[in-house]
Amino acid sequence: MAELLEISGLTIGYGWKGRPMVTVVRDVDLALGAGEVLGVAGESGCGKTTLALAASGLLDPPGQVLSGSVRFQGKDVLSLSPKELRGLHLSEISMVFQASMNVLNPVMRIRDQFLDAMKYHGVSDRAEAEARAREMFDLVRIPQRFFGAYPHQLSGGMRQRAVIALALVLHPKVLFLDEPTTALDVVVQRSILQMLNDLRRQLDFGVMFITHDLSLLVEIADRVAIMYAGAVVEEAPARELYEKPRHPYTEALMKAFPPLGGERRRLEGIAGQPPDLRHLPSGCSFAPRCPKVIAGTCETIEPPVVEWSQGHRAVCHLCSQEEARVV
Amino acid sequence: MRFLLRRLLILLLTGWAALTLNFILPRLMPGNPIEAMLARYQGKLSPQAVGALEIAFGLNTRQSAISQYFTYFGHTLTGNFGTSISYYPTKVSTIIASSLPWTIGLVGFATIIAFVVGTALGAVAGWRRGSRLDKVAVPFSVMLSAMPVFWISLLALYFLAFRLNWFPISGGIGTSQSMSISGIGSIISHAALPAITLTLVNVGGWVLLMRNSTVSVLGEDFVKFGRSKGLPERVVAYHYAARNAILPNFTAFAMALGFVVAGAIFTEYVFSYPGIAYYLLQAVLSLDYPLIQGIFLVIVVVVLLANFLADMLYVVLDPRIRTEGRS
Amino acid sequence: MRAFFSNRLAMVGLGILVFFGLVALLAPYIAPYSPTDINFTPMLPVSANHLLGTTSQGNDIFSQLIYGARASLFVGLVAGAIMAMVQLVMGVFSGYVGGWTDAVLSTIVNVFLVVPGLVLLIIIAAYLPQRGLTTIIVILAVTGWAWGARVLRAQAISLRDRPFVEAARMSGEGRWRIVLGHIVPNMFGVIAANFFGAALYAVLAEAGLEFLGLGNINSVTWGTMLYWAENGDAVLMGQWLYLLLPGLCILLLGTAFGLLNFAVDQVANPRLRRN
Repeated sequence: MAELLEISGLTIGYGWKGRPMVTVVRDVDLALGAGEVLGVAGESGCGKTTLALAASGLLDPPGQVLSGSVRFQGKDVLSLSPKELRGLHLSEISMVFQASMNVLNPVMRIRDQFLDAMKYHGVSDRAEAEARAREMFDLVRIPQRFFGAYPHQLSGGMRQRAVIALALVLHPKVLFLDEPTTALDVVVQRSILQMLNDLRRQLDFGVMFITHDLSLLVEIADRVAIMYAGAVVEEAPARELYEKPRHPYTEALMKAFPPLGGERRRLEGIAGQPPDLRHLPSGCSFAPRCPKVIAGTCETIEPPVVEWSQGHRAVCHLCSQEEARVV
Repeated sequence: MRFLLRRLLILLLTGWAALTLNFILPRLMPGNPIEAMLARYQGKLSPQAVGALEIAFGLNTRQSAISQYFTYFGHTLTGNFGTSISYYPTKVSTIIASSLPWTIGLVGFATIIAFVVGTALGAVAGWRRGSRLDKVAVPFSVMLSAMPVFWISLLALYFLAFRLNWFPISGGIGTSQSMSISGIGSIISHAALPAITLTLVNVGGWVLLMRNSTVSVLGEDFVKFGRSKGLPERVVAYHYAARNAILPNFTAFAMALGFVVAGAIFTEYVFSYPGIAYYLLQAVLSLDYPLIQGIFLVIVVVVLLANFLADMLYVVLDPRIRTEGRS
Repeated sequence: MRAFFSNRLAMVGLGILVFFGLVALLAPYIAPYSPTDINFTPMLPVSANHLLGTTSQGNDIFSQLIYGARASLFVGLVAGAIMAMVQLVMGVFSGYVGGWTDAVLSTIVNVFLVVPGLVLLIIIAAYLPQRGLTTIIVILAVTGWAWGARVLRAQAISLRDRPFVEAARMSGEGRWRIVLGHIVPNMFGVIAANFFGAALYAVLAEAGLEFLGLGNINSVTWGTMLYWAENGDAVLMGQWLYLLLPGLCILLLGTAFGLLNFAVDQVANPRLRRN
């Protein structure tokens, strides 16, 4: 499958004047194909949002890309001029932020917020733009009567759906979703995820779905990548990850979340805190909290990247050498 | 609508409170003002003058305090402010009627220009936060607003009018001119210095207010989202940032107008500009109580009305007030 | 705190303040003559003996300028502090307690807001027989507190609804303890900014009153100097330094307070901070 979006060796840091740079994303390799859903999961602060911002060209100072590349359909996103980037946004690459309820301009009607985006991306005929926007409203199941309303007149769930509609109105090829449903209640969550699935089948865009809720990803993602302390620690097809997690962190994450459906299970948290990115421990960054830590090895030696044939890789010392091929 | 009704109610309430304040104030001061007046003028007051005082204060000693209040109230509402003492036998209402237009022109001009220029400059400075413009505009605006208006008026009077003869030294209009179209040139040249100094002193405040407001709006999610839609910078700057940043300025309007009126006192004094503030000062310096009371009331009413106008404008600009929405 | 000291505007403001403070403190040592000494020939021009000339009464202008710093600094700091205090009490109390108390207090605030402070100031000054610096400070406090009170009230309200205050209330802490121990400490930035704003207003208002002759015209303040300059026909006699310098000093002192106001706001207000 030709890759729509290729992230290679991306390293991102945050730097303030007079203070040392803090690396928040380390050497990340990820790929997204057309029509595919790639889930990215991890605790808060693991760098997944920063990753998405950089990949969509929206990273602002003090964040900066230190090395690596992001290729969208072969083009290097990071080297585009601001004007070219603007042309890309919304029409090719879209991002729906966390807590999108407050992302709409309070003094503009929703209709106008659709229209201005479309106008600047080449849909000059107002009637056509309005028709397409209304069509999106239907697709995300917001009643048409809210088309000319102001954001504060819609409920939180409706606003979220409006934002998603806006992100998709120009039929982009890639959609970044950063915790799109976290601030909503479970019922609305369900319906939005359902709607996203339907939309994806209809419009065939690739999705990078970022969340800390792993159980969600298992249901809707094709592949899932787990991030910890700025690096990818495991990546596999969703089903495979669910059935055979290789990295101790992945296992721990699974145990910490209740599945959306299915029987009740005892939940377990993960002991300890995520590491301070300014002072990362040597060796494996998860070692201090790892229940399966190998004393003497994990804290001192960087774990290798181990690959299995099903497109499954993990960064861990535990993985047996015979089954896998060390990369 | 509900918002406007509430503001109207506050307006009426405040107006009534100010009226009552006007009534109470002289009674709170040590001594009986009429006795003080008599003592000052050493019996040279005619019975009519005493009568004028009584009307102004509502101090009809034959009535109880309560009925004095109501008489005072009645008089005020019918515009009967009594007769001026220092300009005897001119009625207070005549003085007010002839001087008010001058002040309204001056204050209106200064307020509006200061607001428009200050807000525009502040918006640009806030948008380009940290730029050279911003770094210069801020301390400069602080300095401008710390400038004593009477001082700058004196300097302007001395250097520009007296020494250089570019502007007339005093008055509202040349003594040989008439209040008609042909006199417009003279009116303008007389109003120029007072207007300019008054505006200058008030611009700084708006610049700082708008700049800070813009900076804080720029941190809002919807601005980032507007950018991420790929909209050109100037669209985001105006429709997303400025349109939202300007809202708090309207609530500051009450204070601002008060400052301009206060500043007008000094400007009109220095330039001998025949406005209502000038007469207030004359009244205060010669203890012409009826005139003081009359002018005070008129000032309060005009400021209240102007505030109400600003409230109405606010309703137009902020849809969240206009439409009762659900959040 | 560190952010404050590294803020350039704050340092400039502080510098100016310190400068005037020193001038005020060391006035007897710096000024060549006593400011109230009227033994000199009136209306003398600038000379080596009288760096700025003499007034129409015969005082040395330069000495007056130096001693004037005392009055302005005194009024600025004291009136500013009192106003800030009143604003704090009215604003926080009204905001935290809410309900009818808040409604009544807010109406009072609105009334004072609408009546231009300076207008009220001038009128009250006219009614009062006694006029001195203390009187001015008192009326300043009475008339100028409204806007700051509103700002502080808004702050108090937003803090009142925060979880940690909620928690304190639930655990039964007394109202005053909550206000003093939780709410006020979190408002230090706003309170400080407000203080400087009030000081700025006080300096300008006091100078204005003196200039109009509504203060004690025999006192030595920059505003009074301008009053005498105007009345003594300095304009006609070409004593433009006499016109320029007292006002310039007011401007500088006012700027100092203004810069500090802006800088404290910049440091304390999270939305304005550079992140």
